[in-house]
Amino acid sequence: MSPEGTSWGCRRLGVRYGATVALEEVSFEVAAGTVAAVVGGDGAGKTSLLRALAGTVRPAAGTVRRPDERRLGYVSAGPGIWTDLTVDENLSFSGRAYGLSAGELDRRVGGLLERTGLAGARDRLAGRLSGGMRQKLALAMAVAHEPDLLILDEPTTGVDPVSRAELWRLLAASAAGGAAVVVATTYLDEAERAATVLVLDRGRSLLAGTPDEVVAATPGLVVDAATRPDGIPSWRRGARWRAWSPDGSTPPGTGLATLDLEDAVIVAQLREDQRWAA
Amino acid sequence: MWAMAMKEFRQMRRDRRTLAMMILLPVLLLVVFGYAASFDVDQVKTVVVGPRAEQVAAALPERLDVVRVAPGEGRQDAVEALRDADAAVAVVTGDAGQPQVLVDGADLFSARSVVTELRGRPGLPTPEVLFNPGLETSAIMVPGLMGVVLVFVGTIATALGVVRERQSGTLEQLAVMPFKARDVLAGKLLPYLGVAVVDLAVIVAVGVLLFNVPFRGSPLVFALGAIEFLFVTVGIGVLISTVSETQGQAIQLAILTMLPQILLSGLIFPLQAMAPGVRWIGYLLPLTYFVQVARGVMVRGAPFEALLLPLGMLAVLGTAVFGLSIARFRRDLAPAGRDHGADAADVDQDQAASARAGAR
Repeated sequence: MSPEGTSWGCRRLGVRYGATVALEEVSFEVAAGTVAAVVGGDGAGKTSLLRALAGTVRPAAGTVRRPDERRLGYVSAGPGIWTDLTVDENLSFSGRAYGLSAGELDRRVGGLLERTGLAGARDRLAGRLSGGMRQKLALAMAVAHEPDLLILDEPTTGVDPVSRAELWRLLAASAAGGAAVVVATTYLDEAERAATVLVLDRGRSLLAGTPDEVVAATPGLVVDAATRPDGIPSWRRGARWRAWSPDGSTPPGTGLATLDLEDAVIVAQLREDQRWAA
Repeated sequence: MWAMAMKEFRQMRRDRRTLAMMILLPVLLLVVFGYAASFDVDQVKTVVVGPRAEQVAAALPERLDVVRVAPGEGRQDAVEALRDADAAVAVVTGDAGQPQVLVDGADLFSARSVVTELRGRPGLPTPEVLFNPGLETSAIMVPGLMGVVLVFVGTIATALGVVRERQSGTLEQLAVMPFKARDVLAGKLLPYLGVAVVDLAVIVAVGVLLFNVPFRGSPLVFALGAIEFLFVTVGIGVLISTVSETQGQAIQLAILTMLPQILLSGLIFPLQAMAPGVRWIGYLLPLTYFVQVARGVMVRGAPFEALLLPLGMLAVLGTAVFGLSIARFRRDLAPAGRDHGADAADVDQDQAASARAGAR
């Protein structure tokens, strides 16, 4: 794993696909031993950022700092596993690709199978695993060589809550082992567990910092109400409503909400929408 | 029902490749193969040797296209001319009496037309058929069909194998692994080449043992031609995979490359029976040259020197197609990760981390 103080990331990164600008002027850093979350809606640029970090997309501008490819672990947005190989064969291929010796491979695969709960399925074809098990296998393949930088593109999308929790436990363990972990997610409750958060919107950096910093930087006031408040932007939270009061006033029938990352990101995006509309 | 038909029509309209195949391909095939689909050989290349060669050559029927008159040569030279595919018929004259007519049985349709013509005319010599005396179709089809099998394994299986990685998203996973593009490609292709070699051995054995196809020439020359041809077919497979997003598209393109090879390579219809406007297509196709090598080695026992042209053409096609396919595959696999020097952006890979990895 990387020595303490090492960090990976990008500065003023630009990515283009033909005439389409996928990322512009994005700077981002993840320190060894920490988890950084990249959040944003569809088309925000999360995958482009992760691909540029992993080296599968050629940046159009800026700098990328990443470890040597032998010290990199990557779980793509696709399954990223060979469905017609067994769990064991997938892990073995990945480990050999990263140069693990047979003994080292045996030792690490055994441990990973136990930690991921895949020990009972080691001879099962990966194509016959459930969604959560597939993601755990993909993660196990990405961490078998104990990378310095672990990049995961929405590993928990479409996965049941129990498997989501297990996946986060596994990637937190990688960070605890010294890896710098970058995870893209659309679930803001997950992003709150990260040390730092980068919020992307339309290929640009919208917010960045620790979850507390991001929440604290929310302008105006977010209020809570039982019914939808009139005249100000609002959104559902469970059975109740939240609304953003840019001028800090409290509309009638509303009370001050306890702000979290989800509210902060929604407010930031509302502001950005207003800016684009203007 | 209408809703279903409309949905299907919309999908069909957006799948332009399939639509083009459905509308343009039949027309194209009809035109091309209309000119190619003929077993009638009008002109048969002929050499005339022996003391009365010039006199006899002047009196030969028009169908026999005399390409060489050599009064100083004898029967052995005539046999070699047929073996090396310089001609399909050789007329050997003596000082007196009827000349001998030797026919290359490996050039089946030319041989049949000549044999039929000469046997039907009283007073003309009885032709002697060499290499394939019974004029058996299997003797010339089996060597050619080996090429078709290699096209199947080489092109279709390879294209499907590579596209499967792209379609399932694992190509991106391979791109971040510490592989060089050439290692990925070589590792990917090796099993297919292995299967193709086993296939080839089985077909040769079946052809020789079951269909009594002769194997008169050098197995080494045959192996050289087969390996060269495999490189072309596998290269075409990789090339197809680089322009196909799905396995369905890959199969469509593979069929598009296979059909002309099967129909215009001389495998079924003799090249010399095709209209010149179509025949040149045959000379661009790798199967054309493999068929020449396979029939030459197996049926006629042609030596290496006699097959230099088809072997050379396979080498040229192999180099061009395989080179192009590697370049395209490399571009697909490693857009940024391997070649940082030329990047517009500065990619700083941590060399210290590499050193640590090496030290572990």
